[in-house]
Amino acid sequence: MKTDLRRITTPLADDVAGSLKAGEKVLLSGFIYTARDAAHKRFIETLDAGGEMPFDIKGQVIYYCGPAPAPPGKVIGSCGPTTSSRMDVYAPRLVSLGLKGMIGKGKRSEGVKGALKEFRGVYFGATGGAGALLARTVVAAKVIAYEDLGPEAVVRLEVRDMPLFVINDVHGNDLYEEGMKSYRK
Amino acid sequence: MREIHVDDIVSVVERLFIDANIDLPDAMYGAIRDAIERESSPVGKEVLRELLRNADTAREERMPICQDTGLAVTFLEIGQDAHIVGGDLTEAVTEGVRRAYRKGYLRKSCCHPFTRKNTGDNTPPIVHTKIVPGEGLRITVLPKGGGSENYGEVRMLMPAQGKEGVKAFVLEMVRKGGPNPCPPITVGVGIGGNFETSALLSKEALMVPVGKRSDDEELAAMERELLEEINATGIGPQGYGGTVTALDVHIRMAPCHLASLPVAVNIQCHAHRIREALL
Repeated sequence: MKTDLRRITTPLADDVAGSLKAGEKVLLSGFIYTARDAAHKRFIETLDAGGEMPFDIKGQVIYYCGPAPAPPGKVIGSCGPTTSSRMDVYAPRLVSLGLKGMIGKGKRSEGVKGALKEFRGVYFGATGGAGALLARTVVAAKVIAYEDLGPEAVVRLEVRDMPLFVINDVHGNDLYEEGMKSYRK
Repeated sequence: MREIHVDDIVSVVERLFIDANIDLPDAMYGAIRDAIERESSPVGKEVLRELLRNADTAREERMPICQDTGLAVTFLEIGQDAHIVGGDLTEAVTEGVRRAYRKGYLRKSCCHPFTRKNTGDNTPPIVHTKIVPGEGLRITVLPKGGGSENYGEVRMLMPAQGKEGVKAFVLEMVRKGGPNPCPPITVGVGIGGNFETSALLSKEALMVPVGKRSDDEELAAMERELLEEINATGIGPQGYGGTVTALDVHIRMAPCHLASLPVAVNIQCHAHRIREALL
C-alpha cells in the first residue's frame, strides 16, 4: 500500500516508542498478541505464583481483542478492539515488565498512563467496530496459550499495516483529553 | 386466520441475524458518509472514512462489521389473527439464532453472569413480543454489542426535573460513555411508562430510522436540541475529538404515574445493525 503514513514494526524499539505523538496515525507491522479479560487475569495469577508469561513480553504489543471465528479460507474473523479500561487493573504490572504497547479502545486509568510515562510505553487506538477492515491486515494467526478460553485465548497475530492512532504517548499526552477540548463548544 | 409455520421463522431469523451483522443498512452507511462533511476534525474525518471502508470490506468479504456480534435482540410483532404452527415460537427464534451464529461465523457473546461461562451458541436470545392487529408476523433483529449497551441506564427522575432534567441525564450518559460506546453513536431515549416500560421504549427508539423525527412536535424539537448539544461535547468519532459524536437521537414517550418521571437512555454504537422481515 502506498502511503505517507509512518510505518512502525514490533518489537517496538525504545526510540521508536519515544518518538510517537498522541494524535498521530501509524501503520503497525509484525507480531502482536491478543489478550482480554480472562487472559489478563491468568497472566497475573501466573506471575503471582512465580511463573512466567506464556510469551516474552519485552518490547511486545498486546491487542485487546476477542476475534470472531475465522470463516473457511480466512486467517481470522472480524477482529476489532474491545474496551481497554477493563484491563487497567492488570496493565501497569505488564508495562513495568517491559510490555511496550497496548492496542484497544477507550480511556485508560491514571495508573496505566503513569506506567506508560515511567516505562516509556504507548497506548494505541484501533477503530472500534472496524473489525472487518482490521481483519484484512492480519496475515497469520496462531493460538499460543489458553486455548480453553475460546475467543479469549492468546493468539499471536502477524499484522501488516494495521491502522492505529497514538492515544497516550510516553510524554503523557492524551488524544482523548486534547481532542475533546479542541472541539468542545 | 393465517397459519405461520415455525420452520419459516427459524430460517428467517437465521438469515436476518447473518445479514444484519454483515451488511450495514444503507441509511446508516449514508449517515456516516454525510457526517464526513460535517466533521471538523481531520482525525475524526479519517475515522469516519475507516468506518465506510470497514462496511465495504464486511460486505465484500461476507465478514461481520464488528467482532462483537452482540446479544440476539429480537422483536416480534404478532398479528392477532396469525396462528403459529409446528412447534414452540420462542424455541423457533432460539434455533434461528443458534444457526445464524454458527453458520455465519458470528462471535458467541452470551455467558453466565457470575462464572462467565459461555453458553456456546449465543442463546438465549432476548425476545420481545407484541400482539398487533392483522395476520402477519414482523420480525426485527438488532444484534447489540456490549460496549455500547454498558452505557445505558434507567433513572427515576423527580417530576419537577421535567424536560431539562431528561436532557441533562441524556448528556450525562453520553459524556460518561465518551469514547467507549464507539461514537458516532445513536441515542435511544424512553420517557414515561414505568421502570421497565421506559427501558423498552429506549430500545424501540433505536429502531427508528436515522434522520426520522418524532411525530410529536415537542419531542422532535427535543431530539434536534439533544443532537446539537451532544455534538457540542467535542467527543467526536471514536472519542478522538470532533463535531460528530452522535448520528441521531430518537425519543419515545408514554404516560407515567403522577409521582414519577422514569427515563431510560440506551446507546448504540456506529455499527447500528438492524434487519426486519414480514412473514
